[in-house]
Amino acid sequence: MRVRAVEAVGARTLAFVNELGRIAFFAGHIVLTLVTRRPRPGRVVQEVYDVGVLSLLIVCGSGLAVGAVLGLQGYNTLVRFGAAESLGAVVGLSLVRELGPVLTGLLVTGRAGSAMAAEIGTMVATEQLDGLRMMAIDPVDLVVTPKAVAMIFAMPLLSCLFTLTAIFGGYLVGVVLLGVDGGNYLTSLETAVDFENDVSGSLLKALVFGVLVGLIATFRGYTSAPTSAGVSRATTSTVVVASVSILVFDYFITALWGM
Amino acid sequence: MTPSPTRDFVVGLFVLVGLGAVAYLSFQVGGLSYKGPVGFHLVASFGEIGGLKVRAPVVISGVRVGQVERIELDPSLRARVLLDVDPKLKLAVDSTAAIRTAGLLGDQFVAIVPGAEEEYLKSGDQIAYTESALGLESLVSKLVTGLGSGGEEKK
Repeated sequence: MRVRAVEAVGARTLAFVNELGRIAFFAGHIVLTLVTRRPRPGRVVQEVYDVGVLSLLIVCGSGLAVGAVLGLQGYNTLVRFGAAESLGAVVGLSLVRELGPVLTGLLVTGRAGSAMAAEIGTMVATEQLDGLRMMAIDPVDLVVTPKAVAMIFAMPLLSCLFTLTAIFGGYLVGVVLLGVDGGNYLTSLETAVDFENDVSGSLLKALVFGVLVGLIATFRGYTSAPTSAGVSRATTSTVVVASVSILVFDYFITALWGM
Repeated sequence: MTPSPTRDFVVGLFVLVGLGAVAYLSFQVGGLSYKGPVGFHLVASFGEIGGLKVRAPVVISGVRVGQVERIELDPSLRARVLLDVDPKLKLAVDSTAAIRTAGLLGDQFVAIVPGAEEEYLKSGDQIAYTESALGLESLVSKLVTGLGSGGEEKK
């Protein structure tokens, strides 16, 4: 009985390590096509449109709401200590360091990552990728790489846009609604946030999250079982795995970057 | 994939706006570049700088004229603060540099109180008169000792 439990642990661990190895090979394949094959700017532009432009509304809308909530909560806490002028610093630091890249990563995972996995998964299920292979076209080169590249490229841009709209949302609530001085809000924000520690770390996080989501979404889609259940499983596991790894990686980047 | 000028335009717009956001965050919010004239360095030595940090503002009469460039310990174990201020300023040699706090718990900054001498400070000069940071503890202890001695005088 006990031996079987140990066996189960061993099997799970092996499966996990096996999966990591397959993702690493998959990533290597993507990098290889990037280096050795002719670039496909048209495909990348289309994917940036799908990932970036179509995510703009949800990213900016959520940014506005998150900033407004931060402004409200921050004000309610700070006003007790007579430090409502520091509202800008609270809103700015929490957004630039954590909430901007993390929430953007989660939103883009739900909005674009799932669609990516489903699209590639459906191509697998309908044997379109096999068709490409028949014509001696590498499906990773034609389908997967542009998607991953677009995700990595769009994520930092979206994260910065999210952060800025959220700062604006905090301004709306804090300054316009609750009467914090507008100059104070912006000055405390600009003195608290600096480039070396905060903004560069924010960009690094967004970039890493872009790599994570791009890789996981395309990998799950590419390796999904060629059935409708397989496509749905690939989509679900993309969202779950990408979201969890964003949160875990966020901790490690913060700890190692010394933010 | 048929080429579509509209789609290309929208993507281009997205990329430009996104890069604009990155630049705004880096330069304006992150303060990667310091806007305004620089290059005029002053040195001030303090016995206690409290929580003064690099990039803290330097102000005269509340107007920002520069920032703290570097903080180091000099051989006599006092804090040596390098200030980078607007070269257009004419500061008399008997000006005072003081470390103040914005509000009770706010950030610390360097306030320069201009002097009255005819001679002016040159770049690289040391400000002779300085006022160290007043921590909350030293304020409280001053208040306590002040009250104590006041009571004794009354006797």
